[in-house]
Amino acid sequence: MSARVRLWVFLVGAAGFAVLFAVACFGLPAFGTVHHPYGVRAVHASLSHHTANVIASVNFDLRAFDTLGEETILFSAVLGTVVLLRQARDEHRKDPEPAVVHPRVRRFALLMLPLALLVGLYVIAHGQVSPGGGFQGGVVAATALHLLYIAADYRALERVRPLTLYEIGEAAGEVAYVITGLAAVLAGSAFLANVLPFGTFATLSSGGTVPVLNAAVGLEVVSGVVVLLARFLDQAVEIEEPDDGSPRGAGNSGDDEDNGDDEDDERERA
Amino acid sequence: MTVLPYLVAGWIFLIGVYGLVTSRDLIHAVGCLAVTQSSTYVLLLAVGYRNGGTAPVFADAPTDSRVVDPVVQALALTDIVVGATVTALLLALVVQLRKRHGTVDPDALSELKG
Repeated sequence: MSARVRLWVFLVGAAGFAVLFAVACFGLPAFGTVHHPYGVRAVHASLSHHTANVIASVNFDLRAFDTLGEETILFSAVLGTVVLLRQARDEHRKDPEPAVVHPRVRRFALLMLPLALLVGLYVIAHGQVSPGGGFQGGVVAATALHLLYIAADYRALERVRPLTLYEIGEAAGEVAYVITGLAAVLAGSAFLANVLPFGTFATLSSGGTVPVLNAAVGLEVVSGVVVLLARFLDQAVEIEEPDDGSPRGAGNSGDDEDNGDDEDDERERA
Repeated sequence: MTVLPYLVAGWIFLIGVYGLVTSRDLIHAVGCLAVTQSSTYVLLLAVGYRNGGTAPVFADAPTDSRVVDPVVQALALTDIVVGATVTALLLALVVQLRKRHGTVDPDALSELKG
């Protein structure tokens, strides 16, 4: 399909969508209305389980099974990225050069690193009490580690980041979630039902299984994001081009495209 | 105008799909997909808003205070993290395509290659 035909197909479809969507919008309850039956019931269920953060209660109690599915998407996406970005047979590694870092940047990053790590862990731990939780805190904690890449260089980051450990951590997060669900079955209830005592409202121990599942997700997100970033950084910093100079990085574009591909085919056959 | 937030969500969706359709660069296309996806966040949060509502966290607020809809917020929350990792997966695909085919133009990727 040529670009022009594609654009026309899009414009026709977009016009149809725009009309139907606009009509549907006028059929929706007006913006900001007070009547929210699902919201009211969710708040009631959350308060009856002593969870102050209703969003955490929705994610890890009311629809914990859905969150297991979402966590599995996350797990598979990271796994897929690891498989896609592994070192190919015709590539080889080169140790990155040590980089010069401005002393002020170094001081600031080293000062912020423990602070950011602590904030990340705090957000994970207080998911059932205050805004936040495993998903958000996990990203904060994982990116905090990478301040070391800014403060020093890639080799320093690699030293504090045993990748195998994080790969195991990611799987452990997923497994811990399933085990918590199965523990509820063993306790004579449904899969992922909230069977633990609900604890005191608005304290760290409140919410029953909510903090447990929250921690499992936190572990998985921390490990997953570290592994993801490590694979992309590997591609950028360490993995070198193949020796035969095939088209990657050569930047051939436009008219030369076909010739470049043919030459590449011949090299591969040779 | 009370439907404006919903219409904004539809507008963001269409802009994202327009970018996908006209894209000549796969990295650009992945970015457009992220824009398209973000329209769902706007729609969800617009649907869940209540006039005068506060955040649905009762650690400090009294338990009878009016809050915005927590259900749609939970949906948007998980969507963001999952969307970010799926975007990373797509970008990894683009990295490998660039290496193996030497191009990121979707129109130039017509042939199969072992």
